[in-house]
Amino acid sequence: MPEPPVPDAGTPGTGPRSVGATIELEALTKRYPGSALPAVESVTLDIRAGETVILVGPSGCGKSTLLKMINRLIEPTGGRIRIGGEDVTDMDPVRLRRTIGYAIQASGLFPHMTVAQNVALVPKMLRWPAARVRARVEEMLDLVGLDPAEFHGRYPRQLSGGQQQRVGVARALAADPPVLLMDEPFGAVDPITRDHLQDELIRLQRELHKTIVFVTHDFDEAIKIGDRIAVLRERSHIAQFDTPEAILTHPADDFVSGFVGAGAALKRLNLTRVRDIGISDCPTVSVDDPHQHIVDKLRSGGTDEVLLLDKRGSPYKWLRRGDLMRAGGSLARAGTPVHDTVTRDATLRDALEAVLTDSTGRVAVTGRRGAYEGVVDVETLMNSVHELLEADRLEAREAQADIEEQRAAQTHAEQEGFFGGEAKT
Amino acid sequence: MNFWEYLGSRHQQLLIDTYQHASVVFQCMVVATVLGVLIGVVTYRSEWAGNLATTATSTLLTIPALAMIGLLIPVVGLGVPPTVIALTLYGLLPIVRNCIVGLRGVDPSLVDAATGIGMSRPARLARVELPLAWPPILTGIRVSTQMLMGIAAIAAYASGPGLGNLIFRGIASLGSRNALNQVLAGTLGIIVLALLFDAAYVLIGRLTIPRGIRA
Repeated sequence: MPEPPVPDAGTPGTGPRSVGATIELEALTKRYPGSALPAVESVTLDIRAGETVILVGPSGCGKSTLLKMINRLIEPTGGRIRIGGEDVTDMDPVRLRRTIGYAIQASGLFPHMTVAQNVALVPKMLRWPAARVRARVEEMLDLVGLDPAEFHGRYPRQLSGGQQQRVGVARALAADPPVLLMDEPFGAVDPITRDHLQDELIRLQRELHKTIVFVTHDFDEAIKIGDRIAVLRERSHIAQFDTPEAILTHPADDFVSGFVGAGAALKRLNLTRVRDIGISDCPTVSVDDPHQHIVDKLRSGGTDEVLLLDKRGSPYKWLRRGDLMRAGGSLARAGTPVHDTVTRDATLRDALEAVLTDSTGRVAVTGRRGAYEGVVDVETLMNSVHELLEADRLEAREAQADIEEQRAAQTHAEQEGFFGGEAKT
Repeated sequence: MNFWEYLGSRHQQLLIDTYQHASVVFQCMVVATVLGVLIGVVTYRSEWAGNLATTATSTLLTIPALAMIGLLIPVVGLGVPPTVIALTLYGLLPIVRNCIVGLRGVDPSLVDAATGIGMSRPARLARVELPLAWPPILTGIRVSTQMLMGIAAIAAYASGPGLGNLIFRGIASLGSRNALNQVLAGTLGIIVLALLFDAAYVLIGRLTIPRGIRA
């Protein structure tokens, strides 16, 4: 896969957008003078181009230190860093950092500069022509979902926490770096905003395909965003580096399972979307249908329940046999209103939540503009979860077997080498 | 001769003294600001150097102004040199201290962000740290100026320029016809000057502190 050479990224005149570059960390170590143990001890990590890797671990495990060594905000005391195949361990750090996006907790926006000035910082340092900088600022604000005309001239303190964080991401991406480092970027915002920002980041990444390294202590955040997760223990030792699915269903050891926490099976539900499982059909009637038609449908249908859709085709009420009679034939009073619907993009966890809160034991799935598309019921959910977990387990077992095979081969080779060496002497 | 008549008859000399007073304070402030900010920038990152700078400048301030000027006369002679040196030294303390406090008070995460997006150290200082520390530095400059207004009057002791001459002349000839008028004119002149300078600083603050960090 051709990688854009790092120093060229973001210089004026480069044609297409740069996509991610690989990051290879080789035996990276940070030892502070005066402390017996290194803060980060010999971390080796290969990150593929365009992948989102989450560094997750308890506080004090050195995950932030590890991240800051990638752009050399903290100079490693040992090991090599390669970005896009190029060794950057000894490169001029200022030049290196201009090719790496950097977003931090609480946005790190400069309060004395406007939103536009903040976003324009890196392109200006790279001496882009003024017109190109201006166009880029507008583009970036658009990209993170802020109206350029409205937010351009505002100061950071005039923004909400979530908006500040968006601007922070826009600034990090402004010079189109192949690599984006994020240090607990959503740590300081409220849970609802954090959820939105996470969704936005996933959307952005689908468009941009940067290589993102993201530090968090929130495992749920890691599962949601990460393509792969590195669970770190003290001194940034990698306890496990794998896909969210594999970590949830097959934690490498007690430390990882402790960190994953209770309810791994429940968390697994976050990884699958409603579109991935079957949606079943259910008899529907519309409020526009003649009264007699509805009564017939209720009597003749195999089920004792039909879904009543409103004028726009959105789920409106569940109607049971007898409901109409009890309400004296009035559609307005009969049946139980639909509380909650899900889209095809909803996670299985959302779907389960909706099913459990709805008395009917199923939830309607809607598409564009809330139009009815089908239903998901408890049995479908249960079956798919079982299948998923079973498949995960199988995969993990295979992976485990692979690793053991490799290990065995390695030991074998080492032993041969050892004996061979002895024979020579 | 009442006070107003005195002002009317001597207004030319009074204006010259006032102008010289303002001028010496202004020039010493410019030098003190440049020096003070430089000292602050050089020392704020090291715990002991910063503390040393603050302690040294505050020790200077404990020396009575009259003694300081008296001590300078044998070294640099009479007139303008001892005045300028003394005023500049006295002006340093508030500026150095506020500069160090201001620079140290910049949110470390902002410094981290500035470095992280690829600013060199001088760029970071010029574009992020000094602008953010500017409000406290400006306050220091304001306090310094107020202080120098009064201290400059004492410079007349070393035959320096300014309104202090009027005050000293008045005190020396107490009991004579114009003694009180002279002291009064000198003192009021200093007060008016101080108020004018302060108004100028408010204006400078309005113009130079970015809207995003204005209180």
